[in-house]
Amino acid sequence: MSRKPRPVGTSRREILAAGAGALALIVARPARATPESMADAIKAFVGEAEVREGRVTLELPALVENGNSVPLTVKVDSPMTAQDHVKRIAVFNERNPQPNVALFYLNPRAGRALVSTRIRLGDSQNIVAIAQLSDGTFWSDKAELIVTLPACVES
Amino acid sequence: MARALINVPAKAKRGDIIEIKALMSHPMETGYRTGPDGALVPRDIINRFICTYNGEEIFSADLFPAIAANPFFSFTTIAMESGRIAFRWIDDRGQAHLETAEIAVE
Amino acid sequence: MNRVLKGFAQAAWFGGALSLSIPLAFAESPLSERKFEFMSPESQATQQDDFSNPGMLWVAEGEALWNAKAGATGRSCAGCHGDAAVSMKGVAARYPVFFAGSGRPIDLQSRINVCRKTNQDATPFPLESRELLALSAFLGKQSRGMPITTGEDKRLEPFRARGQELYEQRQGQLNFSCANCHDGNWGRKLASSVIPQSHPTGYPLYRLEWQSMGSLQRRLRNCMVGVRAEPYPYGSQEYVDLELFLMTRARGMPLETPAVRP
Repeated sequence: MSRKPRPVGTSRREILAAGAGALALIVARPARATPESMADAIKAFVGEAEVREGRVTLELPALVENGNSVPLTVKVDSPMTAQDHVKRIAVFNERNPQPNVALFYLNPRAGRALVSTRIRLGDSQNIVAIAQLSDGTFWSDKAELIVTLPACVES
Repeated sequence: MARALINVPAKAKRGDIIEIKALMSHPMETGYRTGPDGALVPRDIINRFICTYNGEEIFSADLFPAIAANPFFSFTTIAMESGRIAFRWIDDRGQAHLETAEIAVE
Repeated sequence: MNRVLKGFAQAAWFGGALSLSIPLAFAESPLSERKFEFMSPESQATQQDDFSNPGMLWVAEGEALWNAKAGATGRSCAGCHGDAAVSMKGVAARYPVFFAGSGRPIDLQSRINVCRKTNQDATPFPLESRELLALSAFLGKQSRGMPITTGEDKRLEPFRARGQELYEQRQGQLNFSCANCHDGNWGRKLASSVIPQSHPTGYPLYRLEWQSMGSLQRRLRNCMVGVRAEPYPYGSQEYVDLELFLMTRARGMPLETPAVRP
């Protein structure tokens, strides 16, 4: 995934037209992610493993007052023992410019799997949280949000 | 000017699960915004946050531009022993900001 | 583009509803009707936790500035004023105040600059600068929870009346006055936000839209742009008179600085 914004003129079409090579991984900086790119990002996180719904609770306000700062809490039903704990929690989005939001690393010292932060949402969309457990299984939860504009914005 | 606010209980009982909060001042410039001249404002975010307890990592995060400005995290840890809880925020340029808090565990 | 269209749609709706409205007389507003209560529970929670409220970052910076030596005198604010929790208690809650030096009201940001220049021989901070917002947030926080007491000085009355005139005059392409929304339609929704009564009880505040701290002047400018009026420049007397009117109108309500708003 590209970390730097790409300069104008490097869209996929232009690169292919210029015969710049078969680097199919070069994607023009998209105006936004899509459900497909979110699916790709999820695949990069879980590999071939199955993702099951459940055990994860993703809390976000259903109606967002301002997409610049949206409180998010994710918790996982896990005893957080050495034998059975959450190792990572990844959060993905569908419609921001790119699909990753954050990746949290936990271990049994956490006591409980409970993380809060604040995220940015560029548009109304689905957010997905996927937890990787110590037994190699993946569990997920999804939230559907409507993002509104506040009144009287800066010009 | 980097400024952080952290909340670690000063005292805790051994075995208690305590909540830790960390708030860091940073614009988290996404790289997708255009400035007043119409040019893209380059990305400049904190991309990694690490919390250690007497040197051992208890929580960390990889951050992306979708994390809101002035990033905030709240997470838990088991109060195991007295000592130092250390926080490190690392930005795209590799610069780190450090904060610490002491905790007394009985 | 969407915002402009939304604005025009709202204007058409308002125009029909308000075309016969008469400028409202100054009325006591019920004390409970603050934007705080109209915000989402999540935004309220963000404001109420000092370790989650981003405005507290500016308060922390303000505290450092309060204690830092400044200017040719090498004096800090603390050098004269001591512990702000004692000396500044109640101060922000009575601003804007009458300033004998100019014969008119002065707001807190400008008053800090007067002190810097006069007593510290230091360059004033630019209006809306990070440092000035930090210092005024720090001072504001010393009055947090205290009732607003602005406007008791009789000398302020002509300026408060001027502020009320500005509040009630129609302006901009949409031809709305502040009163049209904030007196005539408070509690209803505009672009999915609830219209508050515009009591400036929490300034300077962290506005999620700005992703930063800002003053009441910055917010008033957003409103003026919202009705497609040309905003006055920062530091204009109009803003001070408006702030005086709004704070006097909010008398008795507790100061919330540093507030969080969408």
